[in-house]
Amino acid sequence: MLKYTVSRFLSMLLVLFIITTATFVLMHAIPGGPFTAEKNLPEAVLKNLNERYHLNDPLFKQYTDYLANVARGDLGPSFKYEARTVNDIIAESFPVSAELGLAAVFIAVAGGLPMGIIAALRQNRWPDYLCMFAATIGISVPGFILATLFIYVFALKLELFPAAMWGGPEYVVLPALALAAFPMAFIARLTRSSMLEVLGLDFIRTARAKGLSPFAVVWRHALKNALIPVVTYLGPLIAAVLTGSFVIESIFAIPGLGRHFVTSIYNRDYTVILGITIFYSTFLVFLNFLVDIAYAWLDPRIKLDGGRGD
Amino acid sequence: MRKLISLILVLILAAAATAGCSTATKPAGKYLRYSAGTEPETLDPRRSTGSPEAIAEAQIFEGLTVLNDKDAPVAGVAEKWEVSPDGLTYTFSLRANAKWSNGDPVTAHDFEYAWKSTLSPAFGAKYAYQLFYLKNGEKYNKGLIVADAVGVKAVDDRTLKVTLEKPTPYFLTLTAFHTYYPVHRQTAAANEKWAADPKTLIGNGPFKVTAWIHNSRLEFAKNEHYWDAAKVRMPKMEFILTDSATTELAMFENNQLDLGGNVPPSEIPRLLKEGKLKIAPLLATYFYCFNVTKPPFDNVKVRKAFTLAIDRAAIVKNVTRAGQQPALAWVPPGLADEARGSDFRRVGGDFFADNDVATAQRLLAEAGFPGGKGLPPVTLIYNTSEGHKAIAEAVQEMWRKNLGVNVSLANQEWKVFINSRTKGDFQVARHGWTGDYLDPMTFIDMFVPESGNNDAQYKNPVYENLVRRAKESNDQTARIKLMHQAEKLLMDDAVLAPIYYYTNAVLVKPNVKGYVRSITGVFYFKEAYME
Repeated sequence: MLKYTVSRFLSMLLVLFIITTATFVLMHAIPGGPFTAEKNLPEAVLKNLNERYHLNDPLFKQYTDYLANVARGDLGPSFKYEARTVNDIIAESFPVSAELGLAAVFIAVAGGLPMGIIAALRQNRWPDYLCMFAATIGISVPGFILATLFIYVFALKLELFPAAMWGGPEYVVLPALALAAFPMAFIARLTRSSMLEVLGLDFIRTARAKGLSPFAVVWRHALKNALIPVVTYLGPLIAAVLTGSFVIESIFAIPGLGRHFVTSIYNRDYTVILGITIFYSTFLVFLNFLVDIAYAWLDPRIKLDGGRGD
Repeated sequence: MRKLISLILVLILAAAATAGCSTATKPAGKYLRYSAGTEPETLDPRRSTGSPEAIAEAQIFEGLTVLNDKDAPVAGVAEKWEVSPDGLTYTFSLRANAKWSNGDPVTAHDFEYAWKSTLSPAFGAKYAYQLFYLKNGEKYNKGLIVADAVGVKAVDDRTLKVTLEKPTPYFLTLTAFHTYYPVHRQTAAANEKWAADPKTLIGNGPFKVTAWIHNSRLEFAKNEHYWDAAKVRMPKMEFILTDSATTELAMFENNQLDLGGNVPPSEIPRLLKEGKLKIAPLLATYFYCFNVTKPPFDNVKVRKAFTLAIDRAAIVKNVTRAGQQPALAWVPPGLADEARGSDFRRVGGDFFADNDVATAQRLLAEAGFPGGKGLPPVTLIYNTSEGHKAIAEAVQEMWRKNLGVNVSLANQEWKVFINSRTKGDFQVARHGWTGDYLDPMTFIDMFVPESGNNDAQYKNPVYENLVRRAKESNDQTARIKLMHQAEKLLMDDAVLAPIYYYTNAVLVKPNVKGYVRSITGVFYFKEAYME
């Protein structure tokens, strides 16, 4: 376990290093810079600006200086937002995305699992058809369409929720639902197929033959085994929704990290692009690591150290 | 597991109950909720450049002058001023009761400090060049001389003496511009990040910032220390920060917003019909820029043919649909001509007829390409946007039908596009220009080689001479005449194909009153109120 953890940690650092370097090279390769604007700046002004942000240094020096700063935990100043650092931006916007993301994960799991279980237990009967019809809609209709629909129905027509912005719990509901629709549908389908597979296995028949109640069979025996593919999906899902969805955050004017991730590229805000990429990658790699640990808990037959099973 | 399931169910029920109880639509208050567009990059007037910043700063700062509802400069922090006969020296007398939001008096030293720090090379301000009108301003910014040589000096606390590089008859409108606002010297000198935190963001305008939730909203309260506080009627105000037009409209219709200027173009006809929109003029021209060095547009007859073969009336009627005026000249309406009350555009008139297909065809034939035959391939570039795409497609069809020319369209991401256009890496490019200040010169001097915005790569010594003479003259009659001549030359040389004069479609609730909107797009909410 220790050996596995250390090797995973080292490979995590390597992955992050490669991602940072590739991002650095790519963003400097695309035309236009942070101060490219509709109204061009006079040369002297541009020179002073580049001087201020050390953008006139050779690229390799900029890169090594950046890595040295990152090692100290300083992701640098934003070129776009004066007097704000990338650390400030992440510290302000990540909790917002995380709050929205957690609500969406909660809805996705709380809605998707029961849908999948019900569909599996009532296979080829109306509850199955209903759940899978809903799941098909959730998977095939894009989040921004659902978001627009939710705003139209629940905000403009029924006046139950605000159309946009961020504040109390009432502001979370519509964006969280829009964000949760796809993963909820995906989890429902995943749970259904996985449950159907497990329910057909020998040990379930044995459990039934022993006279256990149907409830105990499903909850104690089938579900734990059926959850493995769902947990595999949860890692990337949590990373994706917690770090923010650009589309949903834009539609609902939510001050989250997802919007920064995309607008920083339009703005060529180099430090913000790099900072958020590093943050996001770290998050993703770490969550994948947690998923691997969760596997072992759910199914001890899966070995972490790569050794052969018994 | 059973406990876990029960917990989940309880949480779902609790969430549903909370959601059901909430009443989302808050009643409209007696304060303004304005959609200010994107997040301001900064609220330090020395560093800001764009429109969202300018509008927010116009509420929390005040310059020596302010613009009235006719866009004329009137007394602001300065109660009066004197101009030397040669037009080079301005002596401003500041109000005794002008105060910062912390109660300190606003002094001439605050202006001197703000302007000099903006120009300082080490400070690295993007809009430093807006202060190049000051004597030695540009030289100081280039690091050639010291700050003391710059033409701004606090004679005493209430007297500011400004010396200009050249006579600038519109200088009093510039002093209302945000780069010319003062800053609270002690605060700004002590803390570089003062403008990022509402606690240290000290202003001298009618309002002060009480909260800034980045990418979400700015909250303002009345500044009780403001010298003209008696005229400020709203106790507070809120700026919503969203760059999505659809979101803005949804919030407006959901009664979360009273005023906003970013409307989805497809909704404009409906909103106009429902009386929810006001069309306001904007000091800006939408045009196509030719690269005069690249074939076939190195031939003036080809450029003219392409300019004349556009049906502008059809574009504004069917594509843009927000009350824009077809543009048949370069400088938009709204700028004063020589005589009081006259308009530069009206005096200058139009330079050609809209959709003059017969002349266009004749000129193209004279250029050696009758019916478009033999013309090298032409590509029109525009930055990615549904609106620009629709206009480009309409013009492409007009050129095909009227001239027999098949033009390819290419869209580019914003910064890639700007890069191509600046470097002259195009044949025809979409362009739009908004005036920085209230004088025709903000349009006229664009196509001189040193302007930095001469994307057309145009070089004409006669035009350069006219611009230079207009810039050096202190005689308003002569200046205006020279600018009319320069504009005529630009149009005769068909450097650009004007398409329309911009407008701003503003979403506004009927109970919003008393605000002032400049044609530069800046709102002043000092005397605004909600009925």
